[in-house]
Amino acid sequence: MIRSWPVFLAAGLVLLCLIGPLIAVFHRAGEAGLTSLTFSAADGAALRFSLLQSVLSASLSVLLAIPVSRALARRRFRGRAALITLLGAPFILPVIVAVMGLLAVFGRNGLMSDLLGLFGLPPVQIYGLHGVVLAHVFFNLPLATRILLQAWQDIPAERFRLAATLRLHGWQSFRVLEAPMLMRALPGAWLVIFALCLSSFAVVLVLGGGPKATTLELAIYQAFRFDFDLARAAMLALVQTVLVGIVAIVALGQDSGQALGAGLDRVVQRWDASGVMARVLDALALVLATLFLVLPIAMLVWDGLWGIAQLPPQVWRALWVSLIVALSSTALCMALALPIALAAIRHPRIEGIGLIGIVSSPLVLGTGLFLIIHPFANPLKLAFVVTALVNALMALPFALRVLVPALREAEAGYGRLADALGLTGYARLRLLLLPRARRPLGFAAGLTAALSMGDLGVIALFADPNRATLPLQMYRLMSAYRVEAAAGAGLLLLASSLALFWIFDRGGRGHVEA
Amino acid sequence: MKSFAVVAGLLAGTALSTAAVADTPVLTVYTYDSFVSDWGPGPAVEKAFEEVCGCDLQLVGAGDGAALLGRIKLEGARTEADVVLGLDTNLTAAAAETGLFAPHSVTADYTLPIEWNDATFVPYDWGYFAFVQNADLEGPANFKALADSDLKIVIQDPRSSTPGLGLLMWVKAAYGDEAPAIWAGLSDNIVTVTKGWSEAYGLFLEGEADMVLSYTTSPAYHLIAEEDASKSAAAFDEGHYMQIEVAGKIAGTDQPELADQFLSFMTSDAFQSIIPTTNWMYPAVTPAAGLPEGFETLIAPEKALITPAADAPAVRDAALAEWLDALSK
Repeated sequence: MIRSWPVFLAAGLVLLCLIGPLIAVFHRAGEAGLTSLTFSAADGAALRFSLLQSVLSASLSVLLAIPVSRALARRRFRGRAALITLLGAPFILPVIVAVMGLLAVFGRNGLMSDLLGLFGLPPVQIYGLHGVVLAHVFFNLPLATRILLQAWQDIPAERFRLAATLRLHGWQSFRVLEAPMLMRALPGAWLVIFALCLSSFAVVLVLGGGPKATTLELAIYQAFRFDFDLARAAMLALVQTVLVGIVAIVALGQDSGQALGAGLDRVVQRWDASGVMARVLDALALVLATLFLVLPIAMLVWDGLWGIAQLPPQVWRALWVSLIVALSSTALCMALALPIALAAIRHPRIEGIGLIGIVSSPLVLGTGLFLIIHPFANPLKLAFVVTALVNALMALPFALRVLVPALREAEAGYGRLADALGLTGYARLRLLLLPRARRPLGFAAGLTAALSMGDLGVIALFADPNRATLPLQMYRLMSAYRVEAAAGAGLLLLASSLALFWIFDRGGRGHVEA
Repeated sequence: MKSFAVVAGLLAGTALSTAAVADTPVLTVYTYDSFVSDWGPGPAVEKAFEEVCGCDLQLVGAGDGAALLGRIKLEGARTEADVVLGLDTNLTAAAAETGLFAPHSVTADYTLPIEWNDATFVPYDWGYFAFVQNADLEGPANFKALADSDLKIVIQDPRSSTPGLGLLMWVKAAYGDEAPAIWAGLSDNIVTVTKGWSEAYGLFLEGEADMVLSYTTSPAYHLIAEEDASKSAAAFDEGHYMQIEVAGKIAGTDQPELADQFLSFMTSDAFQSIIPTTNWMYPAVTPAAGLPEGFETLIAPEKALITPAADAPAVRDAALAEWLDALSK
């Protein structure tokens, strides 16, 4: 049905770019004669903490996303589309910017603490495991919400019509229609968030409150910076990758089962959600989620406004560099994601390949790529290409997670009809799959562009002083004490990422109500 | 066809400009990222050196000091660097051990608080680590007073940050075997530990903590660049640990004369006068015109602490183990 060479090409390229650097680091370590491949007690503690916080963060993110996405799926109100875009903001922000916004609300000197102070209560204690989980939920609730919203929209309108005819009430229709959909969508959403949190590092450190919150990624840093022990760094990176691989095989194996069937793409009407209770609950979910996600962003905007005026010309130049990088990454990521997603219709576990990207330690990945490139060319000259490539690989798992269910749904619903019509190869792709996956494609492209815009990634190892990206210039402003200008650069980054995201996402939605 | 012509023109232009610079020798200096940034010393240093050297100075940024050393180790003898600028005395022993660096021939009248006689590395600036606070705060006089107080501090992780490691060495140099007890006392003062200096300083400015680990020279930035006298550094009576930043010549350089010229230029007024208000550190040789106005307001520690470069690696490993142990409880 689908030709296999693009799949092999894409999957092979991804594996090469992600596993190759690891091998390069191991190889180099072997040359230097370092053989300290022991997993110490401290590494064990780091592993346990990494697992604990990422399981908690991922579970809480997807659980909270259920009421929020449900409310978004069955309510229509003015500004809904804008709200959906805005709720995505935390996910695409650079870590340090988002943490500053979060602290402006939940920090010792934040809004919440000020509010508590009015009642004579002590400030919020944000630092600790709960702070790490809070931050991760802040980052990932938007992603989980969007993935689930997509899944909700895959339930054909006719199903709800039928449910209404059968007089199924809120709970009954949830059990019959929505619960099976959730059972299929949740494991995949949980998995990408779990993988993302597992390798999270700066957030964990700053909100974890100290060395008790040591993750594997920090242990990798130590191996690099303290001992220059490449073998150890690569070994720890491998442990992290294998761990996610195992979890991926388990979680993605669940991601199949009965399809919901095709519909006529009517506008969904929810007769089951017209009760007062349902309205109140939906309103509550939306208001709370909006407050939680938008307040910190609003604080960033407020702080950043003062800095925008002071932005030096170099920052504006960096904006263009970042835009070009982001668009290149998006094109590359889509070219990789589509063949892999098509293959994943039949072989769900192939999606796991993409996950290697987010669990790859940027430090090991960057070093490995450096080792591979250095014998042939000056890595600085390839900074742009490497950055675009790495950003594309980092965004790949999210793109896959969004695309795979939509394509699978299209195949399940219309595959037999297409077979009967003898629709194969590119015609099938052009006439059936791409149109059915238009919305997820737009969303995936928007996500990739925005993530690539805000990601510092491996750029630090390949930094070209004359072509700095926007996140790098923002960090440089911070290192030069220019906090206000850095906040301005952060706002510029936020605005441009959101704009890119909106353009792609909107393009994917077209005229259809989303 | 039009676009083809443009591309052809561009290519021809590139070829021409490459030919034009082919005769100009290139000196490649690896340094840390904040040195090459538009707001660091890099641009001014490049301009000043190119005026006298008849060469093209190329500054290449690579993370921070520790990442810089890692980069040199990765590249080994095949490195394109002629000079490495931005290591400190915690790293020089490990750097010298690589055998990649050549001895220097620079003599200068250093204004460092300690005697300098390293045959391989030339210092270009230095500073004292200190806790920075709001000037109206009655700061503690030493680590013990800090530990006994309710003051909240933000520090950096020694595993990922140069100042974070500096604090570890500071406590160790001041207290020796007593260091674990000091850390145990400080543990309830530490709000959090960040990956790098920028995050910690940002948290402090947002009001998340009363004090932040930085340098005695940090208040000078606020005073000189922002005309804001609201920040000060707490003077500790144990003494303050020093960071001395150095540069060294790569032994396999294809530009040995230029590299030597750069190292001696580095200790000249032209370079040294750039340092205070771009790197916000003390120059290694005070320029003839003296320090910029505002530096006289900074605290002058009575005692300068520093671990000899040769002992630094061993002390560092032991101090890290103690730190992890004390703060993981």
